[in-house]
Amino acid sequence: MTMVSPDAAFRPRQPRHPVIEFARAQPTGMAGLAFIVILFVAGVFADFVAPYDPLTLDYGAMLAPPSWEHWMGTDAFGRDVFSRIIYGARTALAVGFLASLFGSGIGAAIGVVSAYFGGRIDMAIERFMDILLSFPIIVLALAVVAVLGKFPVGGLDLNLIVAIAIPMIPKVARVVRSAALAIRGLPYIDAARAAGYHHSRIIFRHIAPNVVAPFLIMFTAFIAQAILLEASLSFLGLGVTEPTPAWGLMLSGTSQEFYSQAPWMILFPGVAISLAVFAFNLFGDALRDYLDPRFKV
Amino acid sequence: MTLVESYQQPETKARSARSDSVLLDVDNLHVHFETTRGMVRAVEGLSFDVKRGEIVAIVGESGSGKSVSALSIMRLLPKMTGRIPHGRITFDGRNLLELSDEEMREIRGRHISMIFQEPMTSLNPILTIGLQITEPLQIHLGMTHEQAHERAIELLGLVGIPDPARRLEQYPHQFSGGMRQRVMIAIGLACNPKLIIADEPTTALDVTIQAQILELMKDLSRRLNIALIIITHNLGVVARYADRVIVMYAARLVEEGVAENVFHKPRHPYSMGLLRSVPRLDRPRGAKLETIEGLPPNLAIMMSGCRFAPRCPFKIEKCAEEPALLRTDLGGLSRCHRHEEIAAGKLAWTGGGGGGEVSAARKTTPLLSVRDLAKHFEVRSGLRGSGGTVRAVQDVSFDIYPGETLGLVGESGCGKTTVGRLILKLEQPSAGEIRFAGTDITKASAAEMKALRRKIQVIFQDPYSSLNPRMTVGEIIGEPLHVYKLAAGKREQHARVQELLQQVGLRPEMAARYPHQLSGGQRQRVGIARALAMEPSFIVCDEAVSALDVSIQGQIINLLEDLQRRLGLAYLFIAHDLAVVRHISMRVVVMYFGRVMEVADRDTIYAEPLHPYTKVLLDAAPVPDPTIEKGREPRLIKGELPSHLAPPSGCVFNTRCPLASEECRQIVPPLREIKPGHAVACIKV
Repeated sequence: MTMVSPDAAFRPRQPRHPVIEFARAQPTGMAGLAFIVILFVAGVFADFVAPYDPLTLDYGAMLAPPSWEHWMGTDAFGRDVFSRIIYGARTALAVGFLASLFGSGIGAAIGVVSAYFGGRIDMAIERFMDILLSFPIIVLALAVVAVLGKFPVGGLDLNLIVAIAIPMIPKVARVVRSAALAIRGLPYIDAARAAGYHHSRIIFRHIAPNVVAPFLIMFTAFIAQAILLEASLSFLGLGVTEPTPAWGLMLSGTSQEFYSQAPWMILFPGVAISLAVFAFNLFGDALRDYLDPRFKV
Repeated sequence: MTLVESYQQPETKARSARSDSVLLDVDNLHVHFETTRGMVRAVEGLSFDVKRGEIVAIVGESGSGKSVSALSIMRLLPKMTGRIPHGRITFDGRNLLELSDEEMREIRGRHISMIFQEPMTSLNPILTIGLQITEPLQIHLGMTHEQAHERAIELLGLVGIPDPARRLEQYPHQFSGGMRQRVMIAIGLACNPKLIIADEPTTALDVTIQAQILELMKDLSRRLNIALIIITHNLGVVARYADRVIVMYAARLVEEGVAENVFHKPRHPYSMGLLRSVPRLDRPRGAKLETIEGLPPNLAIMMSGCRFAPRCPFKIEKCAEEPALLRTDLGGLSRCHRHEEIAAGKLAWTGGGGGGEVSAARKTTPLLSVRDLAKHFEVRSGLRGSGGTVRAVQDVSFDIYPGETLGLVGESGCGKTTVGRLILKLEQPSAGEIRFAGTDITKASAAEMKALRRKIQVIFQDPYSSLNPRMTVGEIIGEPLHVYKLAAGKREQHARVQELLQQVGLRPEMAARYPHQLSGGQRQRVGIARALAMEPSFIVCDEAVSALDVSIQGQIINLLEDLQRRLGLAYLFIAHDLAVVRHISMRVVVMYFGRVMEVADRDTIYAEPLHPYTKVLLDAAPVPDPTIEKGREPRLIKGELPSHLAPPSGCVFNTRCPLASEECRQIVPPLREIKPGHAVACIKV
């Protein structure tokens, strides 16, 4: 029942601010976005928000339970957990966002190109992706870190980001390729080819916007995965190192010894990771629906 | 008008006297759907009955409520959104709407069965045919495995599937589309139902197969005294097989009557218009199709008055009042205030007018010249790649002159679409040449091709997937202008888009809309505007109107003809509908199994077809006239399309040809010119 009467089709839409429109159309997505903004602000202005210096040791308040002084307690070195989580947001967002952007961006580009050209190019790319996929993620990331070494820029190790991004590439490429293959068979792509458009125009104008949905889902899911992978690498001594505050790092190290006595040491970083992942997923799903013109009445 | 009042229709009482022979009685049925756009009244106040053994056709365009009515009878409406707020469906003395789900399951499949449109997807691909036929027998009739197996063999024989015992062990993918539909009918017949509801049973099938299936259904209905409800948009189908016809428009029954009356003496303006807007094989070809202008109303919006009034040429002031369903002079029903005037012959649709024959500047040099074109696909099965070659197109040659329309007809799998794709250079041919204005497209360099692309454009069948859903109409039409720099600057491009929109009969404001906000016909117009933006001299129309409703189809055909006249375009019109091709084409090429069977002028090919396949094809196509249809003997073509992996030797048509002899299995008949302009590939002619 897809009839549109001519009159209904011409009712002009009142232009509203896109954020307001997004909030009206996708309230859960807005909640996710709000949490992401809070994290972002906390991370950027950590110096003003955090009540303590995240690096200051206080041997007088080791393993202190949550209290008015220390909202989320302290760790084995007496460092304030709340402050470390706030500073940790900085690391988490920077690594998660950059790694995911890099990994899913390249993956999506490879997937679309592979699907569009098909044939031998597709075959070669796919087999190479198969090889990458055959390594366990952590092993692949370890290898990259070991080969590239460290390349710190402004307190962040760029090579760590590359190491986290590379295992994502084949996964994103796979998903985007299958979506692009479906699009490639549709008549509007044939119409564009019949119009003699350049490959780049067909890829970027006609195929890419139509695979945005799976891309956004992968992208947001991988921000969360990147945060977790960064924690794993840090635990193995190849990622962020102590004493830099990072959520994943807070879960490892001394907290593994003391979590039965001081559960707040792992509870709050764990909650922070979960909430961040949840918020990114909510926002990703909502953004996908919002960007699809077919969902608009 | 409140809703409660609207439920009380005068005709409800008029039907109270019902005889014992009535099997199904639908009384004042209302169906509502909750959607994001508000409540849609999909069926309003539908009343009709079906007698035992009777064939009733429900005709209407998409969104008219015909399929929803059928689903309501089966109680198969989507649970979350569909609702029947009012109405009664009495089947064999029981009100179906009051039965429990358990009791209803008992009726479904046992007493009423349903056949759906898509034989490709209605069968479970991982179960054998035998299992799918015996299942209802064991469930509903409590047969043992052996009994059910025996009955299944009998049923397959009944629906004309040869070698039934062996076929039972096979899976759906081993059956062709027509054979699958036969299996569906066998499943429908399994438990000796009293009523079969067939929702567009032949729409997905080829003309020759369609005739076989319908003949079978009619025959079975008569022999086994099964009542049949055929839901269709194809008026030709209805003419041959229906005893009674119900016409629906915008959720309401607008006319009901005996088939002969509805076709010859329609008493509602919509039925009159619908019959006039179909191109017909049995009448002289009119210069211009007469169409019903406008679009059907949006059912989510509450309407008052006659629903057809906005499109009706006989609208009067009284039409602002809702017309009741009135008894006509012929004993049928019509929902029109002026049905008596129609009966008296005072109201008649005026011709489309203006048209006139397209005068083709013929016998100049051809614009497009196709010679010995062939396309082979390598098919590999398994990892080793032991496969075969599918010869999708073989030795195809034809010319198209400037300003001319060449029709290319054939059944699915005959290679007609591949020919179109080769001309558009979406595929590379295996052999042969395609000359466009002197240049061989198959060998053209990238730079030459770029220039040629502008001159050769395409319109696709499916208006839903041929437009990029992420682009607005304005962007879609403006893109070629931008890429080829056909407009200087944004302002000129905008102006040109507006001009193109108007040229295809859309309002300029449409530029800001997305494709999903348009109807099928409007989208097809956007597709045409996109093609025109390049200022082409030749357009490949690949089934350009076959996905559209009858009344919309006429509008698009007229638009194409109109544009041809004004812009001097040449068309390659690829279609399976013979009547549409006859209407629009000046010359016709008939293809079968990758080869050209016959080429001739339109009038010649339809009046004196020479090739046996062309004759069979024309014979199989139903025309919307019950007197002609019911009077003629079924001359059915036997068999099915051969497999592309095991093509017949000699003439490709020899496996199904009534004239085939030993010789035909030896020689591949060349295309010979019998008369000037009339070529046939048959040794018997």
